[in-house]
Amino acid sequence: MNFETNYMGMTLKNPLVPSASPMTSDLDGIRRLEDAGAAAIVLPSLFEEQIRHDAAELVHHLEQGTNSYGEAITYFPEPASDEFAIGPEAYLKHVDEAKRTTGVPIIASLNGSTMGGWTDYARNMEQAGADAIELNIYHVAADIDVPGEDVEKRYIEILSAVRSAVNIPVAVKLGPYFSSMANMAKKLDEAGADALVLFNRFYQPDIDLELIEVVPNVVLSNSHELRLPLRWIAILYGRIETSLAATTGVHSAQDAIKLTMAGADVIQMASTLLRRGSHALTDILDGMKQWMEENEYESLQQMKGSLSQKSCPDPTAFERANYMRALQRYM
Amino acid sequence: MNDRPTVMIDGNEAAAHVAYHINDVIAIYPITPSSPMGEWADQWASEGRRNLWGSVPSVAEMQSEGGAAGAVHGALQTGSMTTTFTASQGLLLMIPNMFKIAGELTPCVFHVAARTVATHALSIFGDHSDVMACRMTGWGMLAAGSVQETMDLALISYAASLESRIPFLHFFDGFRTSHEVMKCESLTPDDMRSMLDERHIAAHRARALSPERPAIRGTAQNPDVFFQAREACNPHYMRCPAIVQLAMDRFAKLTGRSYHLFDYFGAPDADRVVIMMGSGAEAAHEAINQLITAGEKVGLLKVRLYRPFSPDHLLAALPASVKSIAVLDRTKEPGADGEPLYKDVQAAMIEAWSEGRLPFATPPRIVGGRYGLSSKEFTPAMVKAVYDNLKSDRPKNHFTIGIRDDISHTSLEFDESFDTEPNDVVRAIFFGLGSDGTVGANKNSIKIIGDETPNYAQGYFVYDSKKAGSVTVSHLRFGPRPIRSTYQVGSANFIGCHQWTFLEKVDVLGRAVKNATLLINSPYGKDDTWNHLPRKVQEQIIAKKIKVFVIDAYEVAKAAGMGSRINTVMQTCFFAVSGVLPKDEAIAAIKNAIKKTYGAKGDEVVKKNWEAVDTTLANLFEVAIPDAPSSDIRIPLPVSGESPEFVQTVLGEMIAGRGDYLPVSALPIDGTFPTNTAQWEKRNIAHEIPVWDPKTCIQCGKCAIVCPHATIRIKAYEPSSLSSAPTTFKSTEARGKEFEGLNLTIQVAPEDCTGCGICVEICPAKNKSEARLKAINMAPQPPLREGESENYKFFLDLPEIDRDRLKINSVKGSQFLQPLFEYSGACSGCGETPYVKLMSQLFGDRSLIANATGCSSIYGGNLPTTPWATNAEGRGPAWCNSLFEDNAEFGLGFRLTADKLGEYARELVGRLAERIGRDVAEAIIHADQSAESGIRAQRARVADLVARLATINEPDAQRLISVAEALVKKSIWILGGDGWAYDIGYGGLDHVLASGRNVNVLVLDTEVYSNTGGQCSKSTPRAAVAKFAAGGKSLGKKDLAMIAMTYGHVYVATVAMGANDNQTVKAFLEAEAYDGPSLIIAYSHCIAHGINMRDGMDIQNQAVDSGHFPLFRYNPMLRTEGKSPLVLDSKPPRVSFADFAYRQNRFKMLTKSKPDDAKRLLNLASQDAKHRWERYKSLADAEAAMAATGGNGHS
Repeated sequence: MNFETNYMGMTLKNPLVPSASPMTSDLDGIRRLEDAGAAAIVLPSLFEEQIRHDAAELVHHLEQGTNSYGEAITYFPEPASDEFAIGPEAYLKHVDEAKRTTGVPIIASLNGSTMGGWTDYARNMEQAGADAIELNIYHVAADIDVPGEDVEKRYIEILSAVRSAVNIPVAVKLGPYFSSMANMAKKLDEAGADALVLFNRFYQPDIDLELIEVVPNVVLSNSHELRLPLRWIAILYGRIETSLAATTGVHSAQDAIKLTMAGADVIQMASTLLRRGSHALTDILDGMKQWMEENEYESLQQMKGSLSQKSCPDPTAFERANYMRALQRYM
Repeated sequence: MNDRPTVMIDGNEAAAHVAYHINDVIAIYPITPSSPMGEWADQWASEGRRNLWGSVPSVAEMQSEGGAAGAVHGALQTGSMTTTFTASQGLLLMIPNMFKIAGELTPCVFHVAARTVATHALSIFGDHSDVMACRMTGWGMLAAGSVQETMDLALISYAASLESRIPFLHFFDGFRTSHEVMKCESLTPDDMRSMLDERHIAAHRARALSPERPAIRGTAQNPDVFFQAREACNPHYMRCPAIVQLAMDRFAKLTGRSYHLFDYFGAPDADRVVIMMGSGAEAAHEAINQLITAGEKVGLLKVRLYRPFSPDHLLAALPASVKSIAVLDRTKEPGADGEPLYKDVQAAMIEAWSEGRLPFATPPRIVGGRYGLSSKEFTPAMVKAVYDNLKSDRPKNHFTIGIRDDISHTSLEFDESFDTEPNDVVRAIFFGLGSDGTVGANKNSIKIIGDETPNYAQGYFVYDSKKAGSVTVSHLRFGPRPIRSTYQVGSANFIGCHQWTFLEKVDVLGRAVKNATLLINSPYGKDDTWNHLPRKVQEQIIAKKIKVFVIDAYEVAKAAGMGSRINTVMQTCFFAVSGVLPKDEAIAAIKNAIKKTYGAKGDEVVKKNWEAVDTTLANLFEVAIPDAPSSDIRIPLPVSGESPEFVQTVLGEMIAGRGDYLPVSALPIDGTFPTNTAQWEKRNIAHEIPVWDPKTCIQCGKCAIVCPHATIRIKAYEPSSLSSAPTTFKSTEARGKEFEGLNLTIQVAPEDCTGCGICVEICPAKNKSEARLKAINMAPQPPLREGESENYKFFLDLPEIDRDRLKINSVKGSQFLQPLFEYSGACSGCGETPYVKLMSQLFGDRSLIANATGCSSIYGGNLPTTPWATNAEGRGPAWCNSLFEDNAEFGLGFRLTADKLGEYARELVGRLAERIGRDVAEAIIHADQSAESGIRAQRARVADLVARLATINEPDAQRLISVAEALVKKSIWILGGDGWAYDIGYGGLDHVLASGRNVNVLVLDTEVYSNTGGQCSKSTPRAAVAKFAAGGKSLGKKDLAMIAMTYGHVYVATVAMGANDNQTVKAFLEAEAYDGPSLIIAYSHCIAHGINMRDGMDIQNQAVDSGHFPLFRYNPMLRTEGKSPLVLDSKPPRVSFADFAYRQNRFKMLTKSKPDDAKRLLNLASQDAKHRWERYKSLADAEAAMAATGGNGHS
């Protein structure tokens, strides 16, 4: 059975791709994932804001208290000026080592904060050997003075800038919070995206009642969360040129099969790998193969998009009617 | 002339540059002002820089200077080229080995940034008292007077030492030369190779100890041969001066810079000559140039080679015309009939005269004088006074210059207006804050001007005695000729005032010349600045026709995202206004310098700085100066008129920057100063201060206990006291049974607070409606200053609560006790001082404190004002700093006195029992003083006793009066940092703990030598970067607590106030109550950790939660109760070591410089933390098991 899939022009041996997570932050983790069957690896994001923050913090702490008191003109040894790797060096080294370590495509992930950062770091990633770049446009539109169209425009600007800066494929990972998700997807397609990765899960802060404080809260996903990407992949499949990667809520072979039927070229996962380890990927892969064999599918390609909105018997099932029916049943 | 690079460096770097290239082994130990030499060596080695021989020198940090000297001796004996760097007490600790090294004729050079030896007081500043203490050791001594000479004579020292086999002490003046930044020509490795004859190095190696050709040294000799053997070295010493001169001649040929053993400058027919050495000779050189131009026949003899002293060379160097000579010594030998150089010159003359070799028509009259002790300024005006003295028929001998000695009348008068500064030299003074980056910017400007122009450049920086809110004064000179002005700028043509408030505190324009330029960082703009200037400043501006420029640097810096770092903005203004460089060139150079400084730390920082440069000029304005002053603003007195006379007339003058003008009579003869003086120095350095919200407050006392500066106080008092309270004074009902019927106030000292915000961070109470607010919140100080000052005064006048009413074994209870340690000069947010303050609250009224040199001795004892305070009865801690290395022994001495005189006093009471009443005697002798109430009762008895004794006319009665205080229990505290306890003082500490005597040792463990700038100690954790561990410390933290516990009879506790403040209070009380040695190791966050100081207590919490610093108390008393002595007070690790570590730059910076090492070391450090916890846990379990079975591990 042919299990291959095409993702942004790259032929992957199967559709399972670990997404950016702590597991892909070290070479051992990457090796384990490759051994488990991963078809490509998405590295954790390079955060421009983090780099800027780290640089400012380093300077601040190296200067804090200096030149103030005669016995302690400074408080730290300061390595020769070229010794600090304060920029993306560590990340790029990781890209390079990941490339050397594995035989599967390495997708670098980038979260910029300035236009110069997006393009410069994207170029750096390409030069370091990344096979593709995933733009992790992690943006919570919290400014009440910024209209939705400006937010959308910014996505397109970032994509266009990066697209023209590099020659490798560029994917855009985005959240679902657009007034017209389908139109947004189309615009990104037109602006040159090679893939859409649906969807980013925003960290959602919590309130700690003991401390009476707002605290960051990372909750790993559950299978039911895959419904959101499922719907939108099904809607978009066949309507735009880009590859489609599903992410969020993939925990079982069934989940992966459903997303493939909806039209996903690639299934990304992180939570299940963090919970169960790399062998979860093997289990899902084996489960998919087994199910497909049992159900006599010849290839992944055959199954892909088979229940997309375009191909399913009831296209409205993915739209508003679905909600109405559910509501009626509840009533 | 050659391709030697021109560099802008200070004396320390100049010496280290040569030392690093030549040596195989470098043993180091930090001591101001020589520490940077060791830091350079360690840093270069960690970068893998190679020496002349193509190898990276082995740099070893030792536990003391004594240790460093021992290691040097050993390395020399086994054939290495070896050096060390030191100063002052450090050099004194090396003396025993120096005798040995010289006795064994071993080539070696020590580089010394000469510093005052502590006598009546410690001083970190420069004079020759330390090197003069080494005269007997048999070392050669070469004195450098400038940064260039420091580099040059360093190399000459090596060449001469290798050839002569006599070790050399190469010295230059601490701070004046060690820290002066100057344009120099750097010696190249080829220069050094040319100067060193490798055959001598090979000979040195061939003399080394080796089992291949064994020899024995260090024998014990007896009366039969020792003497003769001691004389055997004489030919080497006799040859040495010629060898040095030959090396100097080779050097001159190589570089064009010519030196002689004694270098004469001045009129060839001079009748008056000054002889001196060190940096002061440069000021003298500048002065004689002017005097000669004015027609005076004067000369100057600079002593380069002080030992071996060569009278022949000395005499040959002097002009035959000389009639009178003044020999200036930068040291004092009380009781001697003159200082060393003076006596050497006298002896040379007398010898030559008696042997008929005197090359003068008549023997010149020779007088000696002292100058420049502890970096006292030595100016051309003083030089002139010295020459003027020689004009007299009977010149004053044994004089002093630079002070006013109204007691012994040794001092020469001098005319301060005598000025030799040439007009073509730009002389600039900048007043800044340590935190605003002024000094850094000025160092940068020196580099720019030195690099970009043919001008010579010099920078000297004067720092504050306080670490929080410290003021810096930079003195810069730029000119067309080499600059010899080894004194502060006295007549400035440019003044930068980088903080508006200085205009009201310091005489900013006192040293401005006519038509000078004043640049002010002013929040008032060009139109309003004039109206806000104090009247005196306006008058000075008008009288001196000063041009004034203003910029709101904070606004410009803020807009560029630079926060409060106004350095780049002010630097740009300086270049724009001073015209040192054409504007465009200057801006390009500044930008280039920024790129060099920050480029490696990220483009973002560079961009921000560039943006600041670009926006500066548009915001720089000249102020129109009216014809007459208009201001009513007066410059306030430095201290309150209510303060004691001594504070006003002496300390106040020092605060005002006029300490140099205090006469000898103003100062104590023996270093004894009154305590309780910090209260008078209202520094007003906080931008924001905490404001108490009584409604939200839960009265836990945490804000007060963590306050590093004792500026948050709590009192409970009768509500009736409020009748005269100021209108804004806050009060609420006190909670808790013991406070029934009382009101409570938490009051901030607005003018003493440093604004660290630790109180706000620790406050556990949250405002119910707005969770961002707590029971204590920061608010801008200026609008609160007046009202809160009034409130604080009222608060202080409220009576202290009866101490017996308090549960002092709790955080809350302890914080109603009056701190007897307040408003110290420690860093804002200091992690040490809360422990010190707690100790003072609990036991201050009866404590004697022995304080090791370090941060705690500086914030505890650096003048002008000191923080140790007294209570209403006039009692409080009595404090003394002896040395760095002897503090435990010093404190033990306190205990020996307390015990001995106590015993003696009780014996006397017994002898006088019939006269004073047997009951009284019994009560006194057997008084139970285990609790405070018992001590109070004993004090009352002793007071009655003394009154009674006064009426008894017996010698024993008089004797008892003199020791009666010893009948009252004393609390002996031995304070110091980890550098002392883990390293230099460890042997003594161990002995004192082993002695079983009742002393309390408080180790303020910052895990580095904080006071000298963060050098690695044995307490430094693995993976942390520190100076001397630039590549990250590779081994784990020494477990001092575990070592101390092995004795079994030592009370040991580890505390971290930010993790468990109640446990801290308990540990202090238990330690003091324990009738034996107690050791408290207190985790103290520190500015040297590279943290946000406001988070200090939270980081302490993580230190404990990560297992890095487990909390426990080991109380031997518990064993007598059948319990386990070891009580673990912290839980198993629950946060990762990485979470603790990576909030701190000391760990994090390694991830940026050496990521692989950082990862490896962090893993090991995590294991260290885990194992440490497990070790304590298993020990606690074992002790518990032993206790349960009635076993006893210790006798």
